[in-house]
Amino acid sequence: MKPTSANFYTNVDKALVDKTLQKALRKTAVGFPMLRAKAIDALPEFDTLRDDAVTLKNDVLDNLDYYLERFETKAIEQGGQVHWCSDTQEANETVLKICQAANAKTVTKGKSMIGEEMGVNEYLEEHGIEPIETDLGEYIIQLRNEPPSHIVGPAIHVPKEEVAEAFKEAHTELDAERSLEEPQELLEEARAILREKFINADVGITGANFLVAETGSSAIVTNEGNGDLTQILPRVHIVLASIEKVVPTLEDASTILRVLARSITGQDLSVYTTFSTGPRRDDDIDGPEEFHVILLDNGRSEMLGNEFRDMLRCIRCGSCLGHCPIYTTIGGHAYGWVYSGPMGKVLIPNLIGHEQSKHLPNACTMCGKCEEVCPLRIPIPTMNRVWRGKEHEAKYSSRASRIALGFWAFMAKRPKLYHLLAGFKYSILGKIGRKKGRFTSVPFASAWTEGRDLPSPQGRTFQQQWSDRGGKR
Amino acid sequence: MVSTPNNAQSLNVGLFVTCLVDLFRPSIGFATVKLLEDNGCIVSVPENQTCCGQPAYNSGDQKNSIEIAKQVISAFKGFDYVVLPSGSCAAMISQHYPLLFKDDSQWEAPAKELATKTFELTTFLTDILKVETVEATFEQQATYHDSCSGLRELGIKNQPRKLLSSVKGLELKESKKAEECCGFGGSFSVKYPKISERIVRDKIEDAQKTETQTLIGGDLGCLMNMAGKLKRENAPMEVRHVAEVLAGMTDVPAIGEGEDK
Repeated sequence: MKPTSANFYTNVDKALVDKTLQKALRKTAVGFPMLRAKAIDALPEFDTLRDDAVTLKNDVLDNLDYYLERFETKAIEQGGQVHWCSDTQEANETVLKICQAANAKTVTKGKSMIGEEMGVNEYLEEHGIEPIETDLGEYIIQLRNEPPSHIVGPAIHVPKEEVAEAFKEAHTELDAERSLEEPQELLEEARAILREKFINADVGITGANFLVAETGSSAIVTNEGNGDLTQILPRVHIVLASIEKVVPTLEDASTILRVLARSITGQDLSVYTTFSTGPRRDDDIDGPEEFHVILLDNGRSEMLGNEFRDMLRCIRCGSCLGHCPIYTTIGGHAYGWVYSGPMGKVLIPNLIGHEQSKHLPNACTMCGKCEEVCPLRIPIPTMNRVWRGKEHEAKYSSRASRIALGFWAFMAKRPKLYHLLAGFKYSILGKIGRKKGRFTSVPFASAWTEGRDLPSPQGRTFQQQWSDRGGKR
Repeated sequence: MVSTPNNAQSLNVGLFVTCLVDLFRPSIGFATVKLLEDNGCIVSVPENQTCCGQPAYNSGDQKNSIEIAKQVISAFKGFDYVVLPSGSCAAMISQHYPLLFKDDSQWEAPAKELATKTFELTTFLTDILKVETVEATFEQQATYHDSCSGLRELGIKNQPRKLLSSVKGLELKESKKAEECCGFGGSFSVKYPKISERIVRDKIEDAQKTETQTLIGGDLGCLMNMAGKLKRENAPMEVRHVAEVLAGMTDVPAIGEGEDK
């Protein structure tokens, strides 16, 4: 999708007046954190598991080339094919070639953030192939022609009434008067429609929560089982994975699994955890004839060597989103691309370029909640600050804010002058303001006073008063 | 008057007033001085202090952050401890100054030395001075807001509550979202005022659900944000810094309240 991160202010304005979205966000802000807290209370060794996961991912990043090559060797041994793609264009072209070689008309898709990153649906459509999302949330946003608003719950912003509307518009072959009021009715309709798509699809595309180096397997976790049908029924299975998804062993995969679902839905494990190893063997009762893995770099090998390396530990659990005061206020679409929330703030500038996404690392109060809940302990606020430093150096920030910061710093470095001028200014402000105690509108601070009052200074500064009483210096 | 477990203390403490307290609410500074002096500290306020440099640091202005940090390190040489009535500014000095100088052979050691002797006020009272109780009276029900930096970077949670529990007449009631950000975030509040306003709106709604009269916290930035929103909404809830309550200096109008009330 074409990023709209540059229009952050407009996106935010839209989100703040969207009542449906605001209602959904209120639920998200309470729901996910509560589920996580409950799961963690029940598992005293959770923090130890987090440490294990961090150690594991750091080892993977230290030896990424080794594990990827090992994965490739094993995957080929199992009869699979591995395609190294440096960017999304190359990845899309590779997927298309595989689909065309299979004479594919329709492609079923499991949920994949790499697929979103590639814009693979649009690309296939442009080339005459129909992609069908099979994760219910993804299916809904595909019908609505939207990007996901949450990496785990892509359609959390869509209330059931709007799902019904989208279904009635899309499923015109069904009775227009049918009832779609209950979630169960929506679910049954989606299931019936998708069941047929599963059977007729020529190619199935899934993402990967991991790639296992020791076995050459890919693994996905889902709660709907759609991923299994996507990868087992069609003749060809394509896995979309970014390079940092590899782990050394099956046991390592289980280390990640133990913190993954707990961090977001509070489940011990997602309902389905499915490993795929190569195409169907002679004695298998089902499975695809071809097994392809797209290994996408798209800027990650660069991150491996820069200040954002720790971000490559991210396992896409989505925990940081529901805990972030900004995300739960503006929702996912305001970030302007396929990722969102705290992880998106760090990742998006790396993937689509910093200048057009410069707002994202700034739109953060540095509260640190994301880092607190991240199962992989990714220092997101620190990395936001790194982006701000790059913005400052590149002079992307507005002239007005640079002048203000420059003037403030000039004064802050000259204590005598600072105290003199501050003493003068705040004495006057105090005189004007202290009777009422606050200002309701201040010309130079209208951004503040738009939505709240500005408490008045008390009068003479502390420094003045300390000097007056001859306090020790 | 505060009870002292050990009257032999006469620590030399440098007070970093913080820029907001200096400019907007000196009474917090004097409450801090009183709490420290009552517990046997000798308090000095070096003149060569303005701000800890956080606005520059969080704006990515490394050069000015370093210059301001050097000024602070030089100004506070020679004290046994440095104390601030703010978790956010204390975290800046104790957690982030060493990072600013990690490749600087001349300044790294002094930055680390300052970092280890720098404390937020309530932590200094409970953990260093081992203060158990204060002698203050505040006939109110109140709720406490945990400011983010203090909570997550310095682990400030029980320290203020422990001291407040000894204030006569004061009853603390926890709000559901005590640990959630108020939406201040320094320059965030004016760069993204609409998001900030929405967050603080939710925050004060939650605080008011406790049906207490006062909101107490340890960081003036957050308190000005929440007080500003409460006053805009004409809400009766008052906002005070923990130092004023602990020092029994609550005769001045609360934050955002007028003398003409």
